[in-house]
Amino acid sequence: MSLRIVVTVKYVPDATGDRHFADDLTVDRDDVDGLLSELDEYAVEQALQIAEDADDAEVTVLTVGPEDAKDALRKALSMGADKAIHVEDDDLHGTDAIGTSLVLAKAIEKAGYDLVISGMASTDGTMGVVPALVAERLGVPQVTLLSEVKVEDGTVTGRRDGDAASEQLEASLPAVVSVTDQSGEARYPSFKGIMAAKKKPVQSWDLSDLDIEAEEVGLDGAWTKVDAANARPARTAGTIVKDEGEGGKQLAEFLAGQKFI
Amino acid sequence: MAEVLVYVDHVDGAVRKPTLELLTLARRIGEPVAVALGGGAADTAATLAEHGAVKVLTHEAAEYADYLVVPKVDALQAAVAAVSPAAVLVPSSAEGKEIAARLALRIGSGIITDAVDLEASDEGPVATQSVFAASFTTKTRVAKGTPVITVKPNSAAVEAAPAAGAVEALAVSFSALATGTKVTGRTPRESTGRPELTEAAIVVSGGRGVNGAENFAIIEALADSLGAAVGASRAAVDAGWYPHTNQVGQTGKSVSPQLYIANGISGAIQHRAGMQTSKTIVAVNKDPEAPIFDLVDYGVVGDLFDVVPQLTEEVKARKG
Repeated sequence: MSLRIVVTVKYVPDATGDRHFADDLTVDRDDVDGLLSELDEYAVEQALQIAEDADDAEVTVLTVGPEDAKDALRKALSMGADKAIHVEDDDLHGTDAIGTSLVLAKAIEKAGYDLVISGMASTDGTMGVVPALVAERLGVPQVTLLSEVKVEDGTVTGRRDGDAASEQLEASLPAVVSVTDQSGEARYPSFKGIMAAKKKPVQSWDLSDLDIEAEEVGLDGAWTKVDAANARPARTAGTIVKDEGEGGKQLAEFLAGQKFI
Repeated sequence: MAEVLVYVDHVDGAVRKPTLELLTLARRIGEPVAVALGGGAADTAATLAEHGAVKVLTHEAAEYADYLVVPKVDALQAAVAAVSPAAVLVPSSAEGKEIAARLALRIGSGIITDAVDLEASDEGPVATQSVFAASFTTKTRVAKGTPVITVKPNSAAVEAAPAAGAVEALAVSFSALATGTKVTGRTPRESTGRPELTEAAIVVSGGRGVNGAENFAIIEALADSLGAAVGASRAAVDAGWYPHTNQVGQTGKSVSPQLYIANGISGAIQHRAGMQTSKTIVAVNKDPEAPIFDLVDYGVVGDLFDVVPQLTEEVKARKG
């Protein structure tokens, strides 16, 4: 039987752009170019490798986001994913992590899955909790933050490098996996891949397709409220000296003045 | 006074510093009740009491070490049911965030991660977060349920505040999902004898300019002269010069020490995301145009192979 892999991806504002907040204190997505979150490329890569090693597998990329988020799906398709699902609905604007996990879980269930693969975190929100939340909602094992992952005979194994120890993990499918940027360089889309991606199916679902009420998501339904967002004051310009042979000593003098030595 | 649950991060009973910082923050909101799980849980009580825990709920079971995350969620959920706290605080480690998120979902609450400060308000605790590579600061509240908040290391001072710290056994029944992900092996990280990167008061980091694994010895020598932790940029880690566990930046550790010393690091956005909230920043870099110099309190444009050893010698001489 075919191994059904769903990769969750996020379309994020470019981290090298001038990211800021909109008037309603949600992330402004209009003024900064968006792209497939770099950390999700690792998830797509691992999904493709697992699919290549399996006899028969299908990789579906799933995103929740505005119209432009299709670009992220297109990128994943050009890397080699087979098909894509785009959950798009005006009522989703301002949805937080808990709400996003609801939408993802419903969409994953509707799509059908044996394995869900996510990146370790988004590059904009950077919470890193959505894979755990999706696993909780789906009621399947969470095998997260893997630097190495392997799927064999209905079992997923992997290495999780934690703060205090490196752990070997094992769980039966179906399961939710997340992979780190240590899991292996993501491939670049080939020209052929880019051309092929244009013909791959992208399905669009809205909240009613997933039996989700508008009140459960969006800014009003959010479980957290942002009261204020302020640009951090620019750091006051520091002293810069050119090393003329005494640079180390000058630095030591500064550190001593600041009571670090 | 309302009780505030604090999840205890400990290694065989030795409480890690971020947990003590959480007790400081918890006391701003209410009375801290600590939850310690797994081997050595009861041994945490004395330290926790010294720092303000009125109660320490403990539960020891093999499941906490043998299975990933979920047994701890089950226990914390039992503690929430037993205490009905005003908030739940968890250290912002990778595991801490996962535990907190699943707990929040189960108890019908919102979650805030990576808070760098916390204050009480009429509408519940308000968390300060540092976002978009620390270019913005937000104030956020949990709008529904019991606030579940994870807090980054170095967000508050550790304060002595003696309290009863009465140990009580927590009754926990594990859910069907608890044994879903088995930990089949564990290799503890080798101790370097240096402070923990995320907890250190001083971090000395090396980047592309260090130009080789063997050259990290001069970064380590400076770190040791200052009693600092050693960090590395992604470029240095990707090149295989230093372990990933020491990576500072978006995909590594996020640090907020009193002093950050960047050596041979240009200061790309991904790196800044992990160190921009440091109190004092200094840098040594050959390139006067390196973006890291926009952040520094003091910068030396020069060859790190000249400047860093001289600094190390000077620090040693001054410390006598």
